[in-house]
Amino acid sequence: MTSEFPHTPPRKSYTFSDAVNAEIRRAAATGIYDIRGGGTKRFLPHFDDLLFLGASISRYPLEGYREKCSTDVWLGTRFAKKPIHLDIPVTIAGMSFGALSGPAKEALGRGASAAGTSTTTGDGGMTEEERGHSKTLVYQYLPSRYGMNPDDLRRADAIEVVVGQGAKPGGGGMLLGQKISDRVANMRNLPKGIDQRSACRHPDWTGPDDLEIKILELREITDWEKPIYVKIGGARPYYDTALAVKAGADVVVLDGMQGGTAATQDVFIEHVGQPILACIPQAVKALQDLGMHRKVQLIVSGGIRSGADVAKAMALGADAVAIGTAALIALGDNDPALEAEYQKLGTTAGAYDDWHEGKDPAGITTQDPELYKRFDPVLGGRRLKNYLKVMTLEAQTIARACGKNNLHNLEPEDLCALTLEAAAMARVPLAGTDWYPGKGGF
Amino acid sequence: MSKQTFDLAAQGLRELNSTLHALNGQTNQTAWDIINPKGSHAIAAGLDAPIDVTVHGSTGYYCAGMNKHATVRIKGSAGPGVAQNIMSGAVIVDGDASQYAGATGRGGMLVIKGNASSRCGISMKGINIIVHGNIGHMSAFMAQSGNLVVLGDAGDALGDSLYEARLFVRGSVKSLGADCIEKEMRPEHLELLAELLRQGEADGKARPEEFKRYGSARKLYNFNIDNADAY
Repeated sequence: MTSEFPHTPPRKSYTFSDAVNAEIRRAAATGIYDIRGGGTKRFLPHFDDLLFLGASISRYPLEGYREKCSTDVWLGTRFAKKPIHLDIPVTIAGMSFGALSGPAKEALGRGASAAGTSTTTGDGGMTEEERGHSKTLVYQYLPSRYGMNPDDLRRADAIEVVVGQGAKPGGGGMLLGQKISDRVANMRNLPKGIDQRSACRHPDWTGPDDLEIKILELREITDWEKPIYVKIGGARPYYDTALAVKAGADVVVLDGMQGGTAATQDVFIEHVGQPILACIPQAVKALQDLGMHRKVQLIVSGGIRSGADVAKAMALGADAVAIGTAALIALGDNDPALEAEYQKLGTTAGAYDDWHEGKDPAGITTQDPELYKRFDPVLGGRRLKNYLKVMTLEAQTIARACGKNNLHNLEPEDLCALTLEAAAMARVPLAGTDWYPGKGGF
Repeated sequence: MSKQTFDLAAQGLRELNSTLHALNGQTNQTAWDIINPKGSHAIAAGLDAPIDVTVHGSTGYYCAGMNKHATVRIKGSAGPGVAQNIMSGAVIVDGDASQYAGATGRGGMLVIKGNASSRCGISMKGINIIVHGNIGHMSAFMAQSGNLVVLGDAGDALGDSLYEARLFVRGSVKSLGADCIEKEMRPEHLELLAELLRQGEADGKARPEEFKRYGSARKLYNFNIDNADAY
């Protein structure tokens, strides 16, 4: 008789999904949190949730292939004697030699220089590969101070004081022993093969008043020539931006939680920080409230993938953007052509994130000579240049459609939001309305 | 060669540092007196010439930061971060030093005739630091290499998360930080210490045999879950 009653099909819990249960089992088996590279993998409100309105009768467009649309940008015009001029507003974010191979750093320099933009060092000092191949190089000043020296400060084109990064605001760095080759160890004054922890706070300053004095010192050492950037993670962008400006920054670099890292705890990547969409308007508001918008330039990063993302970030008020993960993909990271090798590592193309283990079959996030010699820095540089050019062309296409002859003329009024969340975060109207959550009058 | 005098209150910081940077080793102006420092920050920061600079008074933050080749003597006390990231040369403080003295220093020598505050030698990377008095808490945190010599006492959490730096303390140590242990003082360490005391203008004040040596247990060099309670 029981067969007459409908059978309840097996039902899995949304809360205790397969992925959640797998992580519980992994934690129980190993006793250690999951460490990985990259940025957040969760769904977040993003630039995809914004659309450009384009031009029609109320605004007229520029001819797509004929009329000028400028893309260049000046960075560091507030105090630096030698501000930076870039042909395009897409820069390469800080990624360390150590996290990346020497040839990968060379490729970033080649590609960026060919496209007329800058690269950035990382938590491991400046290498000849990147200085030699980067026309414009930003030198990061990090809590670890690995490899820090006044000669490299002076041969940099700008200095970026790193307070935080989007993947882990409030966290330090980690480079596990597997990637500490003789060369990496020597650059960092540490023994080969040990885990290298980079502190989360700077060793010789704490609050914003100290930072102001630290920036003064860096300017004095470099005779006030270099633009000084301050990089912050997407924690409290309004206040952090205001304090960076108060401390004397020429440029604020704001990295949302989609921004990548070489290695950090998965729980940190996925649960700390704010999406870049929510960060930009807060930072722009801080600059506007201080009367410093466009005087202190704003570079934003974290999940920038296309010219549409570039245009949307700039319409929200950024002066430029930075890419990290996207640049690595352009070089060949996670390429399906390497699927067989990813399978051997227990993963699949598009999901590979164990960059800290140094086994990257693409030869990018490794210090193993057998792996990194597979990577051709000349070809990699060409691919990156192509990608940067495409992003720029795409952004120009959109800007012209909005009637703008300069990417910096894009404005929030060119945008609408597809979702309430995006409208609230980006502070642009929900499509079909003149309203966004939080706007006065409601 | 004549001794140059620079009145910081009258001529300003920018003029001072640009003047000293311009020397660049190609000069006969090798001796400088800086008067009226009045606690200014970044005095003599980024020097890159074998010159002798004497600051007559106390300094603010980051005096002699990133120094190369020069000898900077402070006839007073030093604010936070004195000789931070020093590469070579020497910095001598006749008085006391505030926090982060010698932070991340990669070479050269820092001598503090008085006491040093917290985080002395934090993240040091090759510098030799000789403190005639006491040092505060969290000194030599994450210290990578170089030598820290303390004729007096050390505060809490000395050498926390230490790497390969050597710490020599003559007096008491309030507590040791994670992974920092007392180590055997071998003949080569006594020899090294004698030389450091001599260089640090302290050879008449203490004998190497009076010190204890501290260093890394190297248990935290590669993450192991069984050591998580150490943090």
